[in-house]
Amino acid sequence: MAQHQVNYASSAGLPIALTSVDKLVNWGRSNSLWPLTYGLACCAIEMMASGASRYDFDRMGTIFRASPRQADVMILAGTLSKKHSEFARRLYDQMTEPKWVISMGSCANTGGMFNTYATVQGVDRIVPVDIYLPGCAPRPETLQYALMMLQKKIRKESADMKKNKKQNLRLV
Amino acid sequence: MRKYTPKDNVQAKSYYTDRFWVAPRVPKEAVEEGTHFEKVVAALGAQVKEAYIQVGQLVMHIEATENFQVIKILKEQCGYTQCSEQSAVDYLAKEGEFELFYQLLNINEAKRVRVVCRIKKDEAIESIVPLFKSANFAEREMFDMFGIKVNNHPFLKRIIMPDDWEGHPLLKTYPLQGDEFASWYEVDKIFGKEYRNIIGPENRDPARIDRYDTKRFSRIGYEVPFGADISGGETEQPIEYSETFMVNYNKSSKQLDERK
Repeated sequence: MAQHQVNYASSAGLPIALTSVDKLVNWGRSNSLWPLTYGLACCAIEMMASGASRYDFDRMGTIFRASPRQADVMILAGTLSKKHSEFARRLYDQMTEPKWVISMGSCANTGGMFNTYATVQGVDRIVPVDIYLPGCAPRPETLQYALMMLQKKIRKESADMKKNKKQNLRLV
Repeated sequence: MRKYTPKDNVQAKSYYTDRFWVAPRVPKEAVEEGTHFEKVVAALGAQVKEAYIQVGQLVMHIEATENFQVIKILKEQCGYTQCSEQSAVDYLAKEGEFELFYQLLNINEAKRVRVVCRIKKDEAIESIVPLFKSANFAEREMFDMFGIKVNNHPFLKRIIMPDDWEGHPLLKTYPLQGDEFASWYEVDKIFGKEYRNIIGPENRDPARIDRYDTKRFSRIGYEVPFGADISGGETEQPIEYSETFMVNYNKSSKQLDERK
């Protein structure tokens, strides 16, 4: 946020910072990313470690929420089976806009080693993904980095989500 | 760059087969007199078609119609109070039959018994849930994976695959790749069939690199703008070393040149 040196004597003693609405809104959004408490497989263990005290997501303003209605980020952590894909998509639909998706780990990215009939070959087949995080499983530092990259992405976006070229083609 | 070889059907064939290899068989031993297993076979009498011992376990072949009575006797008279496993094996191609097995455990004697029976493709088997609660999920899984119906089961419903799944995945005839229903399942279910064209077929090769996809891949030394069309070939870009614009930490590094 662009802060300007203010001469307090000439501005009636008011501390003033000038910025744009986009930057202000995105500053708020990017620093309070609330992911959904939603684990699919072993990547979820790393996700839980990222949220716990040692790696501590809370210091980045990232607090796991137990309800999709209160969450902005969906971290798809693990293998998504075809049976479960319907419910993952329903949780995504229940999240309020604006919302982002992190695909965590090889299985979520491409199906990974589960080259089978029963595994979704990449979660981008059912939800639009913002960040693809490689690894099997990615370490908590990597997930933190992915979240920081997502923050960076959000700060570049327009606060008006309609103006963003988000790949919502697959939304119904 | 390593040459790309398609791996679409890598599951279907093995790389190497030994013509002279014979699958090892576990030796079958006769049931010795005076042992615990001999009493078990005697208690069942004529219901046992064949009995032998493999790896210290008694294996008994019975008629599929008598499975409930046999297992009831094993439970009530011979002390086999746990059913640790129950499932089937697909021998349809070879022998036109399923082989069903029940793995029972006697805790007091520390002995295990396997009861084996055979059924044809469209035959059903009697449930043993009244005897063993643990058989409930096992029989549901057998129904899910092989399509074998179980009579008098309290809740015979698919347990692993979705309820609307087509086919039974543990059958030898179930395709590992290319099954239309399985490969489009999530798209059909969530978006509807008309979205198949938009989403596209699933890519089962996670190592696949699209040479001309400049949105997801880039080639070192031949960088192009994001999303550019390179079907006509791309021009070589000179590699820019950090020492040309930063502090030169390593003067003699020509590794990048060699790698290129």
